[in-house]
Amino acid sequence: MDMDLIANILFATIRMGTPLLIVAIGELVCEKSGVLNLGQEGMMLMGAVVGFMIAFHTDSLIMGFIAAIVAGALMSLLFALVTMHFYANQVATGLALTILGVGLSGFIGRGYVGEALSSAEFQIPLLSSIPFFGKVLFSHDALVYVSIGIAIAVYWFFKSTRAGLIVKAVGESPESAQSLGLSVLKVRYMAIVFGGSMAGLAGGYLSLIDTPLWAENMTAGRGWIALALVVFASWRVERAVFGAYLFGLMSIMHLVLQSFGLAVSSNLLATLPYVATVVVLVLLSRNQQRIKLFAPMSLGKSFHGAH
Amino acid sequence: MRIKLEARGQQSKLMSYASPILAAVLTLICGAFLFWILGKPPLQALHTFLIMPISDPYRIAELLVKAGPIVLCAIGLSICFRANVWNIGAEGQLLMGGLVGSCAALWLLDAQGIWVLPVVLLAGIVAGAAWAAIPAFLKNYFNTNEILSTIMLNYISLNILLHGVHGPLKDPDGFNFPESAMFSDWQIMPIILDGTRLHLGVTFALLAMVGIWVLMSRTFVGFQIKVLGGDERSAHFAGFKEKRLVWLCLLICGGLAGLAGVGEVTGPIGQLVPNISPGYGYAAIIVAFLGRLHPLGILFAGLLMALLYMGGEMVQIQLDLPRAITGVFQGMLLLFLLICDVLIAYRFVIEKSVSKRVEPSISIESQTVAIEGK
Repeated sequence: MDMDLIANILFATIRMGTPLLIVAIGELVCEKSGVLNLGQEGMMLMGAVVGFMIAFHTDSLIMGFIAAIVAGALMSLLFALVTMHFYANQVATGLALTILGVGLSGFIGRGYVGEALSSAEFQIPLLSSIPFFGKVLFSHDALVYVSIGIAIAVYWFFKSTRAGLIVKAVGESPESAQSLGLSVLKVRYMAIVFGGSMAGLAGGYLSLIDTPLWAENMTAGRGWIALALVVFASWRVERAVFGAYLFGLMSIMHLVLQSFGLAVSSNLLATLPYVATVVVLVLLSRNQQRIKLFAPMSLGKSFHGAH
Repeated sequence: MRIKLEARGQQSKLMSYASPILAAVLTLICGAFLFWILGKPPLQALHTFLIMPISDPYRIAELLVKAGPIVLCAIGLSICFRANVWNIGAEGQLLMGGLVGSCAALWLLDAQGIWVLPVVLLAGIVAGAAWAAIPAFLKNYFNTNEILSTIMLNYISLNILLHGVHGPLKDPDGFNFPESAMFSDWQIMPIILDGTRLHLGVTFALLAMVGIWVLMSRTFVGFQIKVLGGDERSAHFAGFKEKRLVWLCLLICGGLAGLAGVGEVTGPIGQLVPNISPGYGYAAIIVAFLGRLHPLGILFAGLLMALLYMGGEMVQIQLDLPRAITGVFQGMLLLFLLICDVLIAYRFVIEKSVSKRVEPSISIESQTVAIEGK
């Protein structure tokens, strides 16, 4: 097997894993505070479409990304409002958010289907010309490095900051956290909005850098895969990074297999990431005790003490 | 003076029925606002969206044709949700029903006789149930979360369907279009109202409604399902076989969704095409909740949902707006429902600045003020 092929596969793996990594980190923070937001797919789509629209009109990728983050954050604020002030079921609200996101993004993005952005290739000078490693590690777009930076920051946040401890405390037992004088509502608001911003950013990555164009439902289930990824990572940042790239590899498997001359229908190969997700979920959740051990105790439960 | 939520202490029956209506009204108001933002006269646009699609008998029949598969899926989902089984996979089960039903139909393309259609339908039902059996098996034996497994299976089934329609099931004489051959007359659902597309499949939705109503409110199994959903521990202590109930709920739902799918390909479509469902399986989730998981409620909610689909087509033709507006209304409807549902267990109370309930906190505040004042 020649090195160029391996380098290309690894390059594509990291590229495909990046949006998953960003969403998964956002959702991980959100779930650490005890909130299960199933609306990732909807928030990603809104980030993707709004980011694309703004970048298309301003000719600025930075503006596009800011808009994507804001769109994701606004969607998550809606989720926070409905679940925390109206005590709605988090699972149902997350589903509603996804349904709304799919519909709204398709609606406002109608006129942008088929338009394209001029994508600027970003490469780190010198380092990217190193053979093999230059291609695999140093010739990505800036967001790949940003995403790794975010992962490291979140790892550090939970590992060694007081604020990280507070988020974990709220997720484990909101009642105790409140009796210690912590504002459960405020912590959860921030965690939810962080999750939404990350989902928006990941959506923007897809429509601004990865493709770069807008198509209805372009996230193709990545928001849901990211939710599975958080379970896979047992709510740990470092494992989420590993998992994201593993799923990145799964989603380019059809290209890999085709490069080996394997003639399998591309539609069937496209099922691979989803099949892999189910398989991973099955293997992990077989041991219910383990999930219980790692999952935040109050995950998915409404908290009524704040009123 | 501020507005505050206060626990009712018990569930309000009235509000549980009023909440879906309130949600629909709020969705309408927001929809009118949306049309206004888009520069369309709001009332006229709403008229185009909701009244024009049902302005003549043919269109009312079309409404029923669209409501059929939605109601079938939603009825199935309702028993899953009652058992607290979060099956989001009606879409995938519907697609599998359509796909395998089409396989059977193409296999029997030259067969003639009254038995052909039932065989095709049965194939679709079995396929939908088999597809739903996967999450049931994984949930029962591996504790796998059914939300994620059913969602993944939706994506998988869509890709399998695309593979079929682009590959082995493609019509050899079809000029390479991704479509199967047209089904024969023996495989097509008979029309039950001349001059319309109203077909036999729609009556299946009514039968399913009655059947599930009997199951849920007149049998012990239905009682067990409700207990399981209400309090899993009670069901366990009562000795109910939880795994068997999970199997039952998912298999019934899968079968009904599969029937909806095969009913589409043998009904209004008449062949296998890539897009046999514009998201009916997802819309059915909203319908199930909006209909309060009750067959009669689901019927009304299903009709409303079908109207949203037809309205989307109508505003596309008449007002040059994207038909994706249907999805916006769907999302708003579910969100408003969840918001309004707070009124079932809580009520809004307006608190005057001096009231007995807030006295303690005021006194603490005044103390702190006093301390700070020193």
